[in-house]
Amino acid sequence: MTPLVQSARFREVGPPVLTGLVLLGLWEGTCRLFGIPEFLLPAPSAVARVFATDAPTLLRALLSTLEVTVMAFGLAAVVGTLVAFVFVQSRAVERSLFPYAVMLQVTPVVAIAPLIIILVKDTRLALVACAALVALFPVISNTTLGLRTVDPGLANLFALHKAGPLQTLVRLRIPSALPLFFAGLRISSGLALIGAVVAEFVAGTGGTGSGLAYEILQSGFQLDIPRMFAALFLITAAGVALFLIMAGLTRLALGDWHESERRPER
Amino acid sequence: MPVRAAHAGPADRPGDAPPGAPAVEILSADKVFANGARGLAPLSLAVGEGEFVSLIGPSGCGKSTLLSLMANLQQPTDGRVLWWRGGFDAVGREGRRLSLVFQDATLMPWARIAANVRLPLDLAGVPTPQADARVAEALALVGLADRARHYPRQLSGGMRMRASIARALVTEPNLLLMDEPFGALDEFTRNRLDADLAALWWRRRFAAVFVTHSIYEAVFLSTRIVVMAANPGRVFREIDVPEPFPRGDAFRTSAGFADQCRALSVALMEASLASGQGAAA
Repeated sequence: MTPLVQSARFREVGPPVLTGLVLLGLWEGTCRLFGIPEFLLPAPSAVARVFATDAPTLLRALLSTLEVTVMAFGLAAVVGTLVAFVFVQSRAVERSLFPYAVMLQVTPVVAIAPLIIILVKDTRLALVACAALVALFPVISNTTLGLRTVDPGLANLFALHKAGPLQTLVRLRIPSALPLFFAGLRISSGLALIGAVVAEFVAGTGGTGSGLAYEILQSGFQLDIPRMFAALFLITAAGVALFLIMAGLTRLALGDWHESERRPER
Repeated sequence: MPVRAAHAGPADRPGDAPPGAPAVEILSADKVFANGARGLAPLSLAVGEGEFVSLIGPSGCGKSTLLSLMANLQQPTDGRVLWWRGGFDAVGREGRRLSLVFQDATLMPWARIAANVRLPLDLAGVPTPQADARVAEALALVGLADRARHYPRQLSGGMRMRASIARALVTEPNLLLMDEPFGALDEFTRNRLDADLAALWWRRRFAAVFVTHSIYEAVFLSTRIVVMAANPGRVFREIDVPEPFPRGDAFRTSAGFADQCRALSVALMEASLASGQGAAA
């Protein structure tokens, strides 16, 4: 009878939120019941207190990390798409370049980050480069696959009506590629954040460190564990927010027609 | 004979094509696939203006291959295919328009029905106001005027097939090739679409080539039926269907329809017997 509980929106969001609240409650209860010291496992309330007192610093750190993430993601999206367009020009080009794209993917960013940080003078630029490197591969591979995945019947139709290469690209290949392209972007946005944080860790406190990883390192040195948790929480929240934004973008672009974005009709 | 009256129709005289030229002509063309299998033995077949020709035969007889030769989607290994006594380059000009309807609706899922139907006009660079009018006309013709703003996935299979036919008709083709267009539909829907297609053809009188597995469908629609045999794919027999047009539900239950179906069944049985042995490549 209550319209809130019956609404589809609530059914979608309600269960995970409730689960989260219950877990937080259990956590808080456990900490209080057994008197666990804050430097081992801070209670959620202790973490919340950090937010209250330290919000400006933490938010500034968050902003800094997000800046690197967004710039890296944008770079990866643009470069990845361009590379994919080059790849689909010919199988020979793809065959000669693809192994190097794979090498880029399989080399852990922690291992190359120091090199990049030494090579690139500007620390921030180095961070962006590291994060972009991590985020690049899903865009390349998904967009390439997408541009190649064309309904053969539609390809025949275009051939029958004597469509030029540009017409075929704009009207057939690019729209066909969109679902996979967006799936690639979604993976890549998460990876950009991970790449940014990892790179910040490697750059460490020595650089112009101001991101969330720097806050975590600092808090670790000072044994300020609640603050560490607060920074960690912000990274997670940023990741979830990125995911939701990308999901929203995907729905905006494909919602009307693609099966993956199809909502159950009531 | 009523079928001949079609030739006198004033509407669809091809502009620059030689008068009386067949819309499509297969001249001793054969097809050997890359793996060496012989898809088609050298065969010749002409489909003229105002004809509705069905291709029917056991599976593997090459009827779909033959159709894709006519659509220039495959080239014959030897022999030639002519459109209005010319090459494929001239196809698409006034009076030489060719359209193809696939087994599936083959619509672009990202485009609304109107945009899907409009595609051939867009590719040909037809100006917008003119294209809009023709899309509306084509959609009305197949009874989808109220679905123009829908996406393909919002329509039933039958409606999607109608949209696909509208897309083929929007260029006002002089030759319409159809590859089992209603094969995936249930019999009721198929009968209704067949009736609509027969009425449409009677109005527009384009040359039509129709691949089918259904005896009833072939008899109902065609002025001529080409029975094919397999191993290798070849023309086994041609059967004229000199029944009057327009054909409606009354024709389905007529004695003439039954006779034609029986004759076609016999021809098909003989064709599949002839397909069993022989030069299996």
